[in-house]
Amino acid sequence: MKTICLYFQVHQPFRFRRYRFFDIGKDHYYYDDYTNESIMNKVAAKCYLPANELLLKALNKHKGKFKVAFSITGMAIEQFKLYAPDVLESFKALAQTGMVEFLGETYSHSLVSLKDYEEFKTQVESHSALMEEHFGAKPQVFRNTELIYSDQMGEMVANMGFNAMLTEGAKHILGWKSPNFLYCNAANPRLKVLLKNYKLSDDIAFRFGNNSWSEWPLTATKYVNWIKNLDSREEVINLFMDYETFGEHQPRDTGIFQFLEHFAAEVVKSQSLSFSTPTEVAQKFQPVATVSVPHPISWADEERDLTAWLGNEMQQEAFNKLYSLLPRIKHCNDPKLMKDWRYLQCSDHFYYMCTKFFSDGDVHAYFNPYETPYEAFINYMNVLSDFSLRLKAAVPEDAENKEIIKLRELVDEKELRIKELEAALNKTKTKKTVSKKETVSKTKV
Amino acid sequence: MRVLMFGWEFPPHISGGLGTACYGLTRGLSHIPGLQVLFVVPKAYGDEDQSSIRLIGANQIPVVHRQLELKHFSKTLDYIEVESKLVPYVDPEEFWRLTRLEVAGSLKYLNTNAEGKVDFSGKYGADLMREIHDYALVANVIAQDYSFDVIHAHDWLAYPAGIAAKEATGKPLVVHVHATDFDRSGGSVNPTVFEIEKKGMNAADKVITVSNLTRRIVIEKYGIPEDKVVTVYNAVEPVEGHVKEGIKKGVDEKVVTFLGRITMQKGPEYFIEAAHRVLQKMDNVRFVMAGSGDMMEKMIRRAAQLKIMDRFHFTGFLKGDEVFNMLSISDLYVMPSVSEPFGISPLEAMQSNVPVLISHQSGVAEILTFAIKTNFWDVDAMADAIYGVLNYPGMAKMFVSHGKKEVDSLKWENSALHVKRVYDSVLKNPS
Repeated sequence: MKTICLYFQVHQPFRFRRYRFFDIGKDHYYYDDYTNESIMNKVAAKCYLPANELLLKALNKHKGKFKVAFSITGMAIEQFKLYAPDVLESFKALAQTGMVEFLGETYSHSLVSLKDYEEFKTQVESHSALMEEHFGAKPQVFRNTELIYSDQMGEMVANMGFNAMLTEGAKHILGWKSPNFLYCNAANPRLKVLLKNYKLSDDIAFRFGNNSWSEWPLTATKYVNWIKNLDSREEVINLFMDYETFGEHQPRDTGIFQFLEHFAAEVVKSQSLSFSTPTEVAQKFQPVATVSVPHPISWADEERDLTAWLGNEMQQEAFNKLYSLLPRIKHCNDPKLMKDWRYLQCSDHFYYMCTKFFSDGDVHAYFNPYETPYEAFINYMNVLSDFSLRLKAAVPEDAENKEIIKLRELVDEKELRIKELEAALNKTKTKKTVSKKETVSKTKV
Repeated sequence: MRVLMFGWEFPPHISGGLGTACYGLTRGLSHIPGLQVLFVVPKAYGDEDQSSIRLIGANQIPVVHRQLELKHFSKTLDYIEVESKLVPYVDPEEFWRLTRLEVAGSLKYLNTNAEGKVDFSGKYGADLMREIHDYALVANVIAQDYSFDVIHAHDWLAYPAGIAAKEATGKPLVVHVHATDFDRSGGSVNPTVFEIEKKGMNAADKVITVSNLTRRIVIEKYGIPEDKVVTVYNAVEPVEGHVKEGIKKGVDEKVVTFLGRITMQKGPEYFIEAAHRVLQKMDNVRFVMAGSGDMMEKMIRRAAQLKIMDRFHFTGFLKGDEVFNMLSISDLYVMPSVSEPFGISPLEAMQSNVPVLISHQSGVAEILTFAIKTNFWDVDAMADAIYGVLNYPGMAKMFVSHGKKEVDSLKWENSALHVKRVYDSVLKNPS
């Protein structure tokens, strides 16, 4: 008996507006509300709402036999609240069926796990809190941004109290091994590792609607047969993909929704297959081996590495400049600044700067608000320049500056007090000499 | 296969992009086995090697035939000079330089007006038409004296010669459009030039354009059928050996350079406006406008008006090593051309490890990836890009590490292969 673990990723970044260098120090609003709202509405109408409706129906129909998992970033939740509250409601309805697991990740869909444990932990915790607030349960399984994983990260995640973590079943990591088993982390074997079956996942996510693909058209029966015909000892098939696959990357007219519906029905009907959530997989199965990943991997591109975000000099500069602000950020408690800080870290900004795909940038061009990676870089750096100026003003570097700030605060406080007292004094004065009131106001003018 | 080519300029006399391109292409073609080029140029100078045989045509036009052995060529090149007073185009500054130096007055140069195009209203106008006519006559003679399979003519002044050769022999004609009068004039086209250009394109069996930008102009403005027009991009001569050590900057400041004719076509005013915006945010940067041209005075006035002259420098026309020195102290090269059929100069900047910012309205933008591109009129975007390159070193670093490689992959040998394919196509189905 094999089990299928379906997991969908939901994320939308807060895209920046065209932020020119002459805005630095003058204008502190960075976001392109129009684009963000229209993309959210478009994706909600084409994907989130119809797909959620379909899933809800299937979950109710197959009572306990059909299960899925989601991870929804903090960015996406914030945008649901702002632009598409009905989407958030529909996710809550899914959560109430009890057959849907919500996974943990970083709040900002950030790459912070590569930089700083403390900040990583903060972001994961705030995301967990958000999931609990909306969907009623604290995540037990973790998926890092873009399925980025390494032995060290796995250990960090285990330390945060997660039982299992999802990542890519990258060929160069597995070699001859199959992704269709449960593995565990090399440093801390208590952390289970679920590996994506990229062949079967990408058949749906990337190839489904491609009519030049030799297997096109892909029917649910054919697909389920592929899974049935896998080696009988294999235990778990991890199908991980962007939720936007349904209706957005693969448009409705490719038949993707019917495929999903029939796929669920076929598996439920079958004697040899079942669905499980990641938590169930981690509990039910015994890890067959450790998986050793000394260098970070991800689910992106052919290389399955980090080069889509940190591959060129621009990306590295932007990334390093961003996290060079960390020491100050740790002393910052201005809510507005912290909000911008979260939005700035979103991995998408770095993705837009990727130069790997000058020739065929189809995946990279998706929802990309910039014409070229250079524009993306310049825009990001302009925003970052303004942000660091604000941060410097809010959190000065050395003790002397701190002293000055304290004194300034004191002076401000005193001045406020003086004003209050003066006002009180004037009040009493005017009360006493009502006749003088006119002359007073005239001199003021 | 033998090609009769009506080209322009040859070393040592190279005055601009057209000469460079003709030379480069001919060199590329010489690498193709079985392909020979019979190169005809109007002789404009007179200090060339005279040791070769001298031919006098029936029409009393002296023609010089020599065999050149050039180090870049895999074999010798048949090279024919026609004693004509035509020069491909003269930059205004070049023109003044040349006329100043001219002593004997035996050679006349084309009178070019403000934008580098030929002014027909003056007394030279009649001369020019005669020159073109004479050149065509010689072409006719040459065509009868030599054997060849294809005729290839570069830019409008050579089209009549190409047509004449075609009429004399019935061999297929390819015309090569390096620029149209729409690029040179910014829209106010000279009807005589337009007429010659259109005639040449119509008479041609195939038209080669240097970019898709130019290809569209040829199709849309000259009404040439789409399937007759083929784009073959220019390339650039690789820099020999390692780059020479350039001069060092005197101050620790950034330098942004505009290098070219200061004419409407090159968009100098957009460079000034962008500089003005950048200077409001940065003070450790200097802008240099190198070159001369009819808009220079206007540009100086504009820069003065904007009160940026302390940071904005006009160098006048630069030649030879001065260009190289200028590039070697530059942190960014800007070419905001309004209409540039190709534009070889950014490639030369990239060879010198200088990041480049080019306008979308230049043909070279179609093939470069490691270059920033903006619209020429989008001064804000241009200023933003300049600021970005100067302040965020990641981008310049990337351009330097990949740009040179990209430029070095643009080889004349490849362009020549494309041209060869065009020859093959006209030989297969003669019209």
